[in-house]
Amino acid sequence: MNAPAPAAEAAETILEVNNIEVIYDHVILVLKGVSLTVPKGGIVAILGANGAGKTTTLKAISNLLHAERGEVTKGNIEFKGEQVQSLSPNDLVRRGCIQVMEGRHCFGHLSIEENLLTGAFTRKDGASAIKNDLELVYNYFPRLRERKNSQAGYTSGGEQQMCAIGRALMSRPEMILLDEPSMGLAPQLVEEIFEIVKALNAEQGVSFLLAEQNTNIALRYATYGYILESGRVVLDGEGPALRENEDVKEFYLGAGSSDGDKRSFRNVKHYKRRKRWLA
Amino acid sequence: MLSEIFVEPFVLMADIPDLLLQTIWEGFVAGTLYALIALGFVLIFKASGVFNFAQGIMVVFAALTLVGLYANGVPAWLALIITIGVMAILAISIERVVLRPLVGQNEAILLMATIGLSLFVRGVGETLFGGETKTMITSELGLPTGITDWNVFDGRVTFQHIDIAAVVIAVLMVAGLAVFFSKTRIGRALRAVADDHQAALSVGISLHQIWAIVWFASGVVALVTGIMWGARSDVSFALEVIALKALAVLILGGFTSIPGAIVGGLIIGIGEKLFEVYWGGLLGGGTEAWFAYVLALIFLLFRPQGLFGERIIERV
Repeated sequence: MNAPAPAAEAAETILEVNNIEVIYDHVILVLKGVSLTVPKGGIVAILGANGAGKTTTLKAISNLLHAERGEVTKGNIEFKGEQVQSLSPNDLVRRGCIQVMEGRHCFGHLSIEENLLTGAFTRKDGASAIKNDLELVYNYFPRLRERKNSQAGYTSGGEQQMCAIGRALMSRPEMILLDEPSMGLAPQLVEEIFEIVKALNAEQGVSFLLAEQNTNIALRYATYGYILESGRVVLDGEGPALRENEDVKEFYLGAGSSDGDKRSFRNVKHYKRRKRWLA
Repeated sequence: MLSEIFVEPFVLMADIPDLLLQTIWEGFVAGTLYALIALGFVLIFKASGVFNFAQGIMVVFAALTLVGLYANGVPAWLALIITIGVMAILAISIERVVLRPLVGQNEAILLMATIGLSLFVRGVGETLFGGETKTMITSELGLPTGITDWNVFDGRVTFQHIDIAAVVIAVLMVAGLAVFFSKTRIGRALRAVADDHQAALSVGISLHQIWAIVWFASGVVALVTGIMWGARSDVSFALEVIALKALAVLILGGFTSIPGAIVGGLIIGIGEKLFEVYWGGLLGGGTEAWFAYVLALIFLLFRPQGLFGERIIERV
Protein backbone atom coordinates (compact mmCIF):
# COMPACT_ATOMS: atom_id res chain seq x y z
CA MET A 1 0.00 0.00 0.00
CA ASN A 2 1.19 3.51 -0.74
CA ALA A 3 2.27 5.48 2.26
CA PRO A 4 -0.39 7.98 3.30
CA ALA A 5 0.41 11.48 2.13
CA PRO A 6 2.28 13.54 4.70
CA ALA A 7 -0.41 16.22 4.69
CA ALA A 8 -3.06 13.74 5.74
CA GLU A 9 -0.83 12.43 8.48
CA ALA A 10 -0.11 15.83 9.89
CA ALA A 11 -3.79 16.74 10.21
CA GLU A 12 -5.79 15.48 13.17
CA THR A 13 -7.66 12.28 12.30
CA ILE A 14 -11.33 11.86 13.12
CA LEU A 15 -11.76 8.28 11.99
CA GLU A 16 -9.31 5.44 11.83
CA VAL A 17 -10.19 2.00 10.51
CA ASN A 18 -7.52 -0.60 11.20
CA ASN A 19 -7.45 -3.79 9.20
CA ILE A 20 -11.07 -4.81 9.70
CA GLU A 21 -12.56 -8.07 8.60
CA VAL A 22 -16.34 -8.42 8.25
CA ILE A 23 -18.27 -11.67 8.12
CA TYR A 24 -21.97 -11.96 7.33
CA ASP A 25 -24.07 -14.76 8.79
CA HIS A 26 -20.91 -16.34 10.30
CA VAL A 27 -19.77 -17.59 6.87
CA ILE A 28 -19.56 -14.95 4.18
CA LEU A 29 -16.28 -13.06 4.35
CA VAL A 30 -16.87 -9.65 2.79
CA LEU A 31 -14.04 -7.42 4.02
CA LYS A 32 -10.59 -8.98 4.18
CA GLY A 33 -8.59 -6.39 6.04
CA VAL A 34 -9.55 -2.83 5.16
CA SER A 35 -7.70 0.12 6.66
CA LEU A 36 -8.40 3.76 6.10
CA THR A 37 -8.05 7.13 7.73
CA VAL A 38 -10.23 10.22 7.56
CA PRO A 39 -8.60 13.49 8.65
CA LYS A 40 -10.71 15.95 10.58
CA GLY A 41 -12.48 18.18 8.08
CA GLY A 42 -11.58 15.99 5.12
CA ILE A 43 -13.62 14.46 2.32
CA VAL A 44 -12.47 10.92 1.72
CA ALA A 45 -13.86 8.66 -0.98
CA ILE A 46 -14.11 4.88 -1.08
CA LEU A 47 -14.30 3.79 -4.70
CA GLY A 48 -14.85 0.51 -6.42
CA ALA A 49 -17.25 -1.61 -8.35
CA ASN A 50 -20.44 -3.30 -7.15
CA GLY A 51 -19.81 -5.79 -4.38
CA ALA A 52 -16.34 -4.49 -3.62
CA GLY A 53 -17.29 -3.86 0.00
CA LYS A 54 -17.86 -0.10 0.06
CA THR A 55 -21.25 -0.23 1.74
CA THR A 56 -20.09 -2.89 4.16
CA THR A 57 -17.17 -0.70 5.19
CA LEU A 58 -19.51 2.21 5.94
CA LYS A 59 -21.94 0.00 7.79
CA ALA A 60 -19.15 -1.51 9.82
CA ILE A 61 -18.24 2.00 10.96
CA SER A 62 -21.80 3.13 11.72
CA ASN A 63 -22.56 -0.29 13.21
CA LEU A 64 -25.63 -0.95 11.09
CA LEU A 65 -24.10 -4.32 10.27
CA HIS A 66 -25.58 -6.00 13.29
CA ALA A 67 -29.16 -5.70 12.00
CA GLU A 68 -28.06 -7.55 8.85
CA ARG A 69 -26.38 -10.33 10.78
CA GLY A 70 -22.91 -9.10 9.93
CA GLU A 71 -20.07 -8.51 12.37
CA VAL A 72 -16.57 -7.13 12.54
CA THR A 73 -14.42 -10.12 13.45
CA LYS A 74 -10.95 -8.58 13.27
CA GLY A 75 -9.36 -5.18 13.49
CA ASN A 76 -10.74 -2.09 15.14
CA ILE A 77 -12.40 1.22 14.40
CA GLU A 78 -11.58 4.43 16.22
CA PHE A 79 -13.80 7.49 16.06
CA LYS A 80 -12.31 10.58 17.73
CA GLY A 81 -9.82 8.30 19.47
CA GLU A 82 -12.45 6.00 20.96
CA GLN A 83 -12.98 2.35 20.00
CA VAL A 84 -16.48 2.18 18.58
CA GLN A 85 -17.02 -1.39 17.30
CA SER A 86 -19.22 -2.36 20.22
CA LEU A 87 -21.37 0.77 20.26
CA SER A 88 -24.92 0.80 18.92
CA PRO A 89 -25.84 3.03 15.96
CA ASN A 90 -27.62 5.49 18.24
CA ASP A 91 -24.55 5.75 20.50
CA LEU A 92 -22.55 6.64 17.42
CA VAL A 93 -25.07 9.22 16.25
CA ARG A 94 -24.85 10.79 19.71
CA ARG A 95 -21.08 10.94 19.37
CA GLY A 96 -21.40 12.71 16.02
CA CYS A 97 -21.05 10.01 13.37
CA ILE A 98 -24.08 9.34 11.19
CA GLN A 99 -24.67 7.39 8.01
CA VAL A 100 -26.76 8.38 5.00
CA MET A 101 -27.70 5.07 3.50
CA GLU A 102 -27.53 4.01 -0.11
CA GLY A 103 -30.88 4.47 -1.85
CA ARG A 104 -31.82 7.43 0.38
CA HIS A 105 -34.24 5.57 2.67
CA CYS A 106 -36.48 8.50 3.50
CA PHE A 107 -39.51 7.72 5.61
CA GLY A 108 -42.07 7.62 2.80
CA HIS A 109 -45.21 8.29 4.81
CA LEU A 110 -43.70 11.16 6.79
CA SER A 111 -43.55 14.68 5.41
CA ILE A 112 -40.16 16.14 4.45
CA GLU A 113 -40.13 18.26 7.62
CA GLU A 114 -41.00 15.27 9.81
CA ASN A 115 -38.22 13.34 8.12
CA LEU A 116 -35.77 16.08 9.00
CA LEU A 117 -37.02 16.15 12.59
CA THR A 118 -36.42 12.41 13.04
CA GLY A 119 -32.76 13.23 12.46
CA ALA A 120 -32.81 15.21 15.71
CA PHE A 121 -34.10 12.21 17.69
CA THR A 122 -30.95 11.77 19.75
CA ARG A 123 -30.58 15.45 20.60
CA LYS A 124 -31.31 16.79 24.04
CA ASP A 125 -30.51 20.47 23.47
CA GLY A 126 -34.07 21.75 23.20
CA ALA A 127 -36.66 22.72 20.63
CA SER A 128 -35.24 26.11 19.71
CA ALA A 129 -31.80 24.72 18.83
CA ILE A 130 -33.51 22.10 16.68
CA LYS A 131 -35.60 24.79 14.99
CA ASN A 132 -32.45 26.76 14.20
CA ASP A 133 -30.89 23.74 12.58
CA LEU A 134 -34.05 23.14 10.57
CA GLU A 135 -33.58 26.67 9.17
CA LEU A 136 -29.94 25.87 8.45
CA VAL A 137 -30.89 22.75 6.51
CA TYR A 138 -33.52 24.66 4.55
CA ASN A 139 -30.91 27.27 3.66
CA TYR A 140 -28.60 24.62 2.24
CA PHE A 141 -31.49 22.84 0.50
CA PRO A 142 -34.04 25.53 -0.50
CA ARG A 143 -35.97 22.88 -2.42
CA LEU A 144 -36.75 21.06 0.81
CA ARG A 145 -38.36 24.19 2.20
CA GLU A 146 -40.70 24.30 -0.79
CA ARG A 147 -41.67 20.67 -0.31
CA LYS A 148 -41.64 20.56 3.47
CA ASN A 149 -45.25 19.42 3.82
CA SER A 150 -45.18 16.81 1.03
CA GLN A 151 -44.99 13.15 1.89
CA ALA A 152 -41.39 12.13 1.25
CA GLY A 153 -42.49 9.09 -0.74
CA TYR A 154 -43.91 11.34 -3.42
CA THR A 155 -40.88 13.60 -3.88
CA SER A 156 -38.26 13.19 -6.60
CA GLY A 157 -35.06 11.18 -6.24
CA GLY A 158 -32.95 14.31 -5.92
CA GLU A 159 -35.22 15.75 -3.25
CA GLN A 160 -35.09 12.48 -1.36
CA GLN A 161 -31.30 12.51 -1.44
CA MET A 162 -31.32 16.07 -0.13
CA CYS A 163 -33.81 15.03 2.52
CA ALA A 164 -31.60 12.14 3.59
CA ILE A 165 -28.53 14.36 3.88
CA GLY A 166 -30.54 17.09 5.61
CA ARG A 167 -31.93 14.54 8.05
CA ALA A 168 -28.40 13.46 8.91
CA LEU A 169 -27.39 17.09 9.41
CA MET A 170 -30.17 17.52 11.97
CA SER A 171 -28.21 15.28 14.34
CA ARG A 172 -25.38 17.88 14.37
CA PRO A 173 -22.80 15.41 13.11
CA GLU A 174 -19.06 15.86 13.02
CA MET A 175 -18.83 13.20 10.38
CA ILE A 176 -21.24 11.89 7.75
CA LEU A 177 -20.84 8.52 6.08
CA LEU A 178 -22.42 9.06 2.68
CA ASP A 179 -23.26 5.98 0.65
CA GLU A 180 -23.71 6.35 -3.14
CA PRO A 181 -25.10 9.89 -3.18
CA SER A 182 -25.13 9.85 -7.00
CA MET A 183 -27.19 6.71 -7.36
CA GLY A 184 -30.01 7.09 -9.87
CA LEU A 185 -29.68 10.86 -10.17
CA ALA A 186 -29.26 13.04 -13.25
CA PRO A 187 -25.68 14.32 -13.72
CA GLN A 188 -26.67 17.88 -12.97
CA LEU A 189 -28.27 16.89 -9.68
CA VAL A 190 -25.22 14.83 -8.77
CA GLU A 191 -23.12 17.93 -9.30
CA GLU A 192 -25.53 19.95 -7.12
CA ILE A 193 -25.39 17.39 -4.30
CA PHE A 194 -21.59 17.28 -4.36
CA GLU A 195 -21.42 21.08 -4.31
CA ILE A 196 -23.54 21.04 -1.17
CA VAL A 197 -21.33 18.39 0.37
CA LYS A 198 -18.34 20.61 -0.33
CA ALA A 199 -20.09 23.64 1.18
CA LEU A 200 -21.08 21.70 4.31
CA ASN A 201 -17.53 20.50 4.64
CA ALA A 202 -16.09 23.99 4.33
CA GLU A 203 -18.69 25.96 6.30
CA GLN A 204 -19.93 23.52 8.93
CA GLY A 205 -16.68 21.59 9.32
CA VAL A 206 -18.35 18.24 8.71
CA SER A 207 -15.98 15.47 7.66
CA PHE A 208 -17.21 13.12 4.96
CA LEU A 209 -16.45 9.54 4.12
CA LEU A 210 -18.29 8.72 0.93
CA ALA A 211 -18.69 5.54 -1.05
CA GLU A 212 -19.13 6.10 -4.77
CA GLN A 213 -19.18 4.17 -7.98
CA ASN A 214 -18.96 7.40 -9.90
CA THR A 215 -15.17 7.63 -9.58
CA ASN A 216 -14.88 10.67 -11.77
CA ILE A 217 -16.98 13.04 -9.72
CA ALA A 218 -15.96 11.59 -6.36
CA LEU A 219 -12.28 12.22 -7.08
CA ARG A 220 -12.97 15.79 -8.12
CA TYR A 221 -14.34 16.56 -4.66
CA ALA A 222 -12.43 14.16 -2.42
CA THR A 223 -9.16 15.08 -0.82
CA TYR A 224 -8.16 11.45 -0.55
CA GLY A 225 -9.40 8.23 -2.09
CA TYR A 226 -9.25 4.49 -1.47
CA ILE A 227 -10.03 1.95 -4.16
CA LEU A 228 -11.61 -1.25 -2.95
CA GLU A 229 -11.78 -4.55 -4.77
CA SER A 230 -13.16 -7.81 -3.39
CA GLY A 231 -12.95 -6.55 0.17
CA ARG A 232 -9.40 -5.18 -0.01
CA VAL A 233 -7.90 -1.76 -0.54
CA VAL A 234 -5.96 -2.10 -3.79
CA LEU A 235 -4.90 1.49 -4.23
CA ASP A 236 -5.06 4.74 -2.33
CA GLY A 237 -3.85 8.27 -2.75
CA GLU A 238 -4.76 11.94 -2.86
CA GLY A 239 -7.72 12.82 -5.06
CA PRO A 240 -5.87 14.51 -7.94
CA ALA A 241 -3.07 11.92 -7.92
CA LEU A 242 -5.57 9.05 -8.15
CA ARG A 243 -7.28 10.75 -11.05
CA GLU A 244 -3.99 10.85 -12.92
CA ASN A 245 -3.17 7.23 -12.09
CA GLU A 246 -3.03 5.07 -15.24
CA ASP A 247 -4.74 2.07 -13.66
CA VAL A 248 -7.56 4.17 -12.28
CA LYS A 249 -8.04 5.84 -15.65
CA GLU A 250 -8.07 2.50 -17.37
CA PHE A 251 -10.41 0.67 -15.06
CA TYR A 252 -12.59 3.22 -13.37
CA LEU A 253 -12.67 6.31 -15.55
CA GLY A 254 -13.07 4.38 -18.77
CA ALA A 255 -10.20 6.14 -20.56
CA GLY A 256 -7.63 4.18 -22.52
CA SER A 257 -4.01 4.22 -21.35
CA SER A 258 -2.28 7.41 -22.35
CA ASP A 259 0.45 5.85 -24.50
CA GLY A 260 -2.06 5.59 -27.32
CA ASP A 261 -2.14 1.77 -27.44
CA LYS A 262 -5.38 -0.06 -27.75
CA ARG A 263 -6.45 -1.80 -24.58
CA SER A 264 -4.47 -4.97 -24.58
CA PHE A 265 -4.46 -8.10 -22.53
CA ARG A 266 -0.91 -7.19 -21.60
CA ASN A 267 -2.11 -4.11 -19.74
CA VAL A 268 -4.76 -6.03 -17.99
CA LYS A 269 -2.23 -8.60 -16.88
CA HIS A 270 -0.02 -5.82 -15.61
CA TYR A 271 -2.90 -4.47 -13.59
CA LYS A 272 -3.84 -7.83 -12.15
CA ARG A 273 -0.27 -8.49 -11.07
CA ARG A 274 -0.05 -5.08 -9.56
CA LYS A 275 -3.27 -5.66 -7.70
CA ARG A 276 -1.95 -8.88 -6.20
CA TRP A 277 1.14 -7.18 -4.89
CA LEU A 278 -0.84 -4.34 -3.47
CA ALA A 279 -3.20 -6.65 -1.72
CA MET B 1 -87.50 -18.12 0.50
CA LEU B 2 -86.20 -15.17 -1.50
CA SER B 3 -88.69 -12.90 0.15
CA GLU B 4 -87.52 -14.10 3.56
CA ILE B 5 -84.00 -13.02 2.65
CA PHE B 6 -84.54 -9.88 0.64
CA VAL B 7 -87.88 -8.42 1.71
CA GLU B 8 -89.10 -9.41 5.13
CA PRO B 9 -86.05 -8.32 7.18
CA PHE B 10 -86.29 -4.83 5.73
CA VAL B 11 -90.00 -4.65 6.33
CA LEU B 12 -89.30 -5.64 9.92
CA MET B 13 -86.65 -2.93 10.21
CA ALA B 14 -89.13 -0.31 9.00
CA ASP B 15 -91.92 -1.65 11.18
CA ILE B 16 -90.03 -1.67 14.47
CA PRO B 17 -87.40 1.08 14.13
CA ASP B 18 -86.56 1.03 17.84
CA LEU B 19 -85.42 -2.60 17.55
CA LEU B 20 -83.24 -1.60 14.61
CA LEU B 21 -81.69 1.24 16.61
CA GLN B 22 -81.15 -1.00 19.61
CA THR B 23 -79.43 -3.60 17.42
CA ILE B 24 -77.20 -1.03 15.78
CA TRP B 25 -76.22 0.43 19.16
CA GLU B 26 -75.30 -2.95 20.60
CA GLY B 27 -73.33 -3.76 17.47
CA PHE B 28 -71.62 -0.39 17.68
CA VAL B 29 -70.45 -1.02 21.25
CA ALA B 30 -69.18 -4.51 20.47
CA GLY B 31 -67.52 -3.11 17.36
CA THR B 32 -65.74 -0.45 19.41
CA LEU B 33 -64.22 -3.15 21.57
CA TYR B 34 -63.21 -5.27 18.56
CA ALA B 35 -61.62 -2.15 17.15
CA LEU B 36 -59.63 -1.62 20.36
CA ILE B 37 -58.26 -5.16 20.28
CA ALA B 38 -57.39 -4.76 16.60
CA LEU B 39 -55.70 -1.47 17.42
CA GLY B 40 -53.36 -3.32 19.77
CA PHE B 41 -52.42 -5.68 16.94
CA VAL B 42 -51.87 -2.85 14.45
CA LEU B 43 -49.59 -0.87 16.78
CA ILE B 44 -47.25 -3.80 17.21
CA PHE B 45 -47.45 -4.96 13.62
CA LYS B 46 -46.59 -1.53 12.25
CA ALA B 47 -43.64 -0.88 14.50
CA SER B 48 -42.00 -4.28 14.63
CA GLY B 49 -43.51 -6.32 11.81
CA VAL B 50 -44.56 -8.88 14.40
CA PHE B 51 -48.00 -10.39 14.21
CA ASN B 52 -48.72 -10.56 17.91
CA PHE B 53 -50.72 -13.67 18.54
CA ALA B 54 -50.60 -12.92 22.26
CA GLN B 55 -52.76 -9.78 22.01
CA GLY B 56 -55.91 -11.66 23.07
CA ILE B 57 -54.29 -13.20 26.12
CA MET B 58 -52.82 -9.80 27.04
CA VAL B 59 -56.40 -8.50 27.30
CA VAL B 60 -57.29 -11.35 29.65
CA PHE B 61 -54.08 -11.07 31.62
CA ALA B 62 -54.50 -7.32 32.18
CA ALA B 63 -58.10 -7.73 33.34
CA LEU B 64 -57.18 -10.67 35.59
CA THR B 65 -54.31 -8.77 37.18
CA LEU B 66 -56.60 -5.87 37.97
CA VAL B 67 -59.36 -8.03 39.44
CA GLY B 68 -56.90 -10.33 41.21
CA LEU B 69 -55.13 -7.42 42.92
CA TYR B 70 -58.46 -6.01 44.10
CA ALA B 71 -59.52 -9.42 45.42
CA ASN B 72 -56.34 -9.44 47.50
CA GLY B 73 -57.25 -6.21 49.23
CA VAL B 74 -55.54 -3.62 47.04
CA PRO B 75 -57.75 -0.51 46.55
CA ALA B 76 -59.21 -0.26 43.04
CA TRP B 77 -57.30 2.84 41.88
CA LEU B 78 -54.02 1.47 43.19
CA ALA B 79 -54.72 -1.86 41.51
CA LEU B 80 -55.23 0.02 38.24
CA ILE B 81 -51.89 1.81 38.57
CA ILE B 82 -50.09 -1.41 39.51
CA THR B 83 -51.66 -3.18 36.53
CA ILE B 84 -50.37 -0.46 34.20
CA GLY B 85 -46.96 -0.98 35.78
CA VAL B 86 -47.23 -4.73 35.23
CA MET B 87 -48.03 -4.14 31.54
CA ALA B 88 -44.93 -1.93 31.28
CA ILE B 89 -42.76 -4.61 32.86
CA LEU B 90 -44.30 -7.20 30.55
CA ALA B 91 -43.53 -5.02 27.50
CA ILE B 92 -39.92 -4.43 28.52
CA SER B 93 -39.30 -8.10 29.26
CA ILE B 94 -40.88 -9.20 25.97
CA GLU B 95 -38.58 -6.81 24.12
CA ARG B 96 -35.50 -8.07 25.98
CA VAL B 97 -36.22 -11.77 26.11
CA VAL B 98 -38.22 -12.45 22.95
CA LEU B 99 -37.70 -9.73 20.35
CA ARG B 100 -34.09 -8.71 20.81
CA PRO B 101 -32.55 -12.16 20.29
CA LEU B 102 -34.76 -12.69 17.24
CA VAL B 103 -34.02 -9.39 15.51
CA GLY B 104 -33.78 -9.73 11.74
CA GLN B 105 -35.38 -13.19 11.76
CA ASN B 106 -38.11 -14.34 9.45
CA GLU B 107 -41.67 -13.17 10.21
CA ALA B 108 -42.88 -16.74 10.66
CA ILE B 109 -40.34 -17.25 13.44
CA LEU B 110 -41.53 -14.12 15.22
CA LEU B 111 -45.16 -15.26 14.89
CA MET B 112 -44.24 -18.62 16.45
CA ALA B 113 -42.49 -16.77 19.25
CA THR B 114 -45.67 -14.83 20.03
CA ILE B 115 -47.68 -18.07 20.09
CA GLY B 116 -45.22 -19.36 22.66
CA LEU B 117 -45.56 -16.07 24.49
CA SER B 118 -49.36 -16.38 24.58
CA LEU B 119 -49.09 -19.84 26.15
CA PHE B 120 -46.62 -18.53 28.70
CA VAL B 121 -48.75 -15.52 29.65
CA ARG B 122 -51.82 -17.74 29.95
CA GLY B 123 -49.90 -20.12 32.22
CA VAL B 124 -48.67 -17.31 34.44
CA GLY B 125 -52.17 -15.83 34.61
CA GLU B 126 -53.71 -19.15 35.60
CA THR B 127 -51.06 -19.85 38.20
CA LEU B 128 -51.34 -16.47 39.85
CA PHE B 129 -55.07 -15.84 39.67
CA GLY B 130 -56.68 -19.22 39.07
CA GLY B 131 -58.77 -20.29 36.10
CA GLU B 132 -62.26 -19.52 37.42
CA THR B 133 -64.46 -16.75 36.09
CA LYS B 134 -64.34 -13.43 37.92
CA THR B 135 -66.41 -10.27 37.97
CA MET B 136 -64.94 -6.99 36.82
CA ILE B 137 -64.75 -4.31 39.53
CA THR B 138 -66.83 -1.89 37.50
CA SER B 139 -68.33 0.44 40.10
CA GLU B 140 -65.18 0.32 42.25
CA LEU B 141 -63.29 1.90 39.32
CA GLY B 142 -65.90 4.65 39.16
CA LEU B 143 -67.51 3.42 35.98
CA PRO B 144 -71.27 4.03 35.65
CA THR B 145 -73.60 1.04 35.89
CA GLY B 146 -77.18 2.24 35.36
CA ILE B 147 -79.32 2.28 32.26
CA THR B 148 -81.08 5.04 30.36
CA ASP B 149 -84.14 4.48 28.23
CA TRP B 150 -84.76 6.60 25.19
CA ASN B 151 -88.39 6.65 24.09
CA VAL B 152 -88.53 6.97 20.36
CA PHE B 153 -90.71 5.74 17.45
CA ASP B 154 -93.40 4.56 19.89
CA GLY B 155 -90.83 2.26 21.37
CA ARG B 156 -87.77 2.30 23.51
CA VAL B 157 -84.02 2.02 23.06
CA THR B 158 -82.03 1.04 26.11
CA PHE B 159 -78.54 2.33 26.74
CA GLN B 160 -76.36 0.70 29.38
CA HIS B 161 -74.23 3.41 30.95
CA ILE B 162 -71.19 1.16 30.92
CA ASP B 163 -71.57 0.86 27.13
CA ILE B 164 -71.68 4.62 26.76
CA ALA B 165 -68.58 4.86 28.94
CA ALA B 166 -66.84 2.21 26.82
CA VAL B 167 -67.48 4.16 23.64
CA VAL B 168 -66.39 7.47 25.15
CA ILE B 169 -63.19 5.98 26.57
CA ALA B 170 -62.40 4.24 23.29
CA VAL B 171 -62.85 7.48 21.36
CA LEU B 172 -60.65 9.39 23.82
CA MET B 173 -58.01 6.71 23.64
CA VAL B 174 -57.88 6.68 19.83
CA ALA B 175 -57.78 10.48 19.76
CA GLY B 176 -54.97 10.46 22.31
CA LEU B 177 -52.98 7.96 20.28
CA ALA B 178 -53.53 9.97 17.09
CA VAL B 179 -52.16 13.12 18.73
CA PHE B 180 -49.28 11.17 20.23
CA PHE B 181 -48.34 9.75 16.84
CA SER B 182 -48.50 12.97 14.89
CA LYS B 183 -47.19 15.54 17.35
CA THR B 184 -44.59 14.04 19.65
CA ARG B 185 -40.96 13.15 19.11
CA ILE B 186 -41.51 9.53 20.15
CA GLY B 187 -44.64 9.30 18.00
CA ARG B 188 -42.72 10.54 14.99
CA ALA B 189 -40.00 8.01 15.70
CA LEU B 190 -42.62 5.26 15.91
CA ARG B 191 -43.92 6.14 12.47
CA ALA B 192 -40.38 6.34 11.16
CA VAL B 193 -39.67 2.84 12.45
CA ALA B 194 -42.89 1.59 10.86
CA ASP B 195 -41.75 2.99 7.51
CA ASP B 196 -38.14 1.83 7.45
CA HIS B 197 -36.32 0.00 10.25
CA GLN B 198 -32.87 0.39 8.74
CA ALA B 199 -33.21 4.10 8.13
CA ALA B 200 -34.60 4.59 11.62
CA LEU B 201 -31.53 2.84 13.03
CA SER B 202 -29.25 4.97 10.89
CA VAL B 203 -30.58 8.25 12.29
CA GLY B 204 -30.04 7.04 15.82
CA ILE B 205 -33.52 5.86 16.80
CA SER B 206 -33.20 2.95 19.20
CA LEU B 207 -35.41 0.13 18.00
CA HIS B 208 -35.28 -1.51 21.42
CA GLN B 209 -36.74 1.57 23.06
CA ILE B 210 -39.43 1.99 20.38
CA TRP B 211 -40.45 -1.66 20.55
CA ALA B 212 -40.80 -1.57 24.31
CA ILE B 213 -42.94 1.57 23.96
CA VAL B 214 -45.33 0.07 21.39
CA TRP B 215 -45.71 -3.14 23.37
CA PHE B 216 -46.49 -1.05 26.41
CA ALA B 217 -48.98 1.07 24.44
CA SER B 218 -50.75 -2.00 23.17
CA GLY B 219 -50.65 -3.44 26.71
CA VAL B 220 -52.52 -0.37 27.94
CA VAL B 221 -55.01 -0.72 25.08
CA ALA B 222 -55.41 -4.35 26.15
CA LEU B 223 -56.08 -3.28 29.74
CA VAL B 224 -58.78 -0.82 28.69
CA THR B 225 -60.38 -3.44 26.45
CA GLY B 226 -60.21 -5.98 29.25
CA ILE B 227 -61.94 -3.65 31.71
CA MET B 228 -64.71 -2.77 29.28
CA TRP B 229 -65.32 -6.26 28.04
CA GLY B 230 -65.07 -7.65 31.53
CA ALA B 231 -67.69 -5.17 32.68
CA ARG B 232 -70.13 -6.27 29.96
CA SER B 233 -69.72 -10.00 30.54
CA ASP B 234 -67.14 -11.25 33.02
CA VAL B 235 -63.42 -11.87 33.23
CA SER B 236 -62.38 -15.32 32.05
CA PHE B 237 -60.02 -16.97 29.61
CA ALA B 238 -62.92 -17.23 27.15
CA LEU B 239 -62.23 -13.58 26.35
CA GLU B 240 -59.18 -14.74 24.45
CA VAL B 241 -61.41 -16.37 21.85
CA ILE B 242 -63.43 -13.20 21.41
CA ALA B 243 -60.15 -11.40 20.86
CA LEU B 244 -59.57 -13.68 17.88
CA LYS B 245 -62.39 -11.83 16.16
CA ALA B 246 -59.93 -9.00 15.91
CA LEU B 247 -58.24 -11.11 13.22
CA ALA B 248 -61.30 -10.73 11.05
CA VAL B 249 -61.30 -7.02 11.82
CA LEU B 250 -57.69 -6.79 10.67
CA ILE B 251 -58.43 -8.56 7.42
CA LEU B 252 -61.23 -6.08 6.77
CA GLY B 253 -59.30 -3.01 7.81
CA GLY B 254 -55.81 -3.89 6.68
CA PHE B 255 -53.00 -4.84 9.06
CA THR B 256 -51.22 -1.52 8.97
CA SER B 257 -54.06 0.95 9.23
CA ILE B 258 -55.40 2.42 12.46
CA PRO B 259 -58.50 3.95 10.79
CA GLY B 260 -58.94 0.55 9.15
CA ALA B 261 -58.96 -1.18 12.53
CA ILE B 262 -61.64 1.19 13.77
CA VAL B 263 -63.90 1.03 10.73
CA GLY B 264 -63.35 -2.73 10.39
CA GLY B 265 -64.28 -3.24 14.03
CA LEU B 266 -67.48 -1.23 13.66
CA ILE B 267 -68.50 -3.01 10.43
CA ILE B 268 -68.05 -6.39 12.04
CA GLY B 269 -69.70 -5.41 15.31
CA ILE B 270 -72.77 -3.86 13.69
CA GLY B 271 -72.88 -6.38 10.84
CA GLU B 272 -72.93 -9.44 13.06
CA LYS B 273 -75.66 -8.05 15.31
CA LEU B 274 -77.88 -7.05 12.39
CA PHE B 275 -77.32 -10.38 10.67
CA GLU B 276 -78.14 -12.31 13.82
CA VAL B 277 -81.34 -10.38 14.54
CA TYR B 278 -82.76 -10.18 11.04
CA TRP B 279 -81.35 -13.15 9.16
CA GLY B 280 -80.14 -15.44 11.95
CA GLY B 281 -83.49 -17.17 12.26
CA LEU B 282 -83.20 -18.54 8.73
CA LEU B 283 -79.99 -20.32 9.66
CA GLY B 284 -81.10 -21.50 13.06
CA GLY B 285 -79.43 -18.67 15.02
CA GLY B 286 -75.95 -18.56 16.56
CA THR B 287 -74.55 -16.68 13.57
CA GLU B 288 -72.55 -14.24 15.69
CA ALA B 289 -69.95 -16.93 16.28
CA TRP B 290 -68.99 -17.18 12.62
CA PHE B 291 -70.27 -14.09 10.81
CA ALA B 292 -67.01 -12.16 11.24
CA TYR B 293 -64.90 -14.97 9.82
CA VAL B 294 -67.11 -15.49 6.78
CA LEU B 295 -66.98 -11.77 6.08
CA ALA B 296 -63.20 -11.91 6.42
CA LEU B 297 -63.07 -14.84 4.01
CA ILE B 298 -65.05 -12.89 1.43
CA PHE B 299 -62.64 -10.00 1.85
CA LEU B 300 -59.63 -12.26 1.45
CA LEU B 301 -61.06 -13.45 -1.85
CA PHE B 302 -61.87 -10.06 -3.30
CA ARG B 303 -59.86 -7.41 -1.50
CA PRO B 304 -56.92 -9.00 0.33
CA GLN B 305 -55.25 -5.68 1.21
CA GLY B 306 -58.32 -4.74 3.27
CA LEU B 307 -60.38 -1.57 3.12
CA PHE B 308 -57.57 0.70 4.24
CA GLY B 309 -54.44 -1.35 3.70
CA GLU B 310 -51.69 1.22 3.67
CA ARG B 311 -51.03 2.56 0.21
CA ILE B 312 -47.66 1.41 -0.89
CA ILE B 313 -45.77 4.40 -2.20
CA GLU B 314 -43.57 3.20 -4.97
CA ARG B 315 -41.58 5.35 -7.31
CA VAL B 316 -40.47 3.96 -10.61
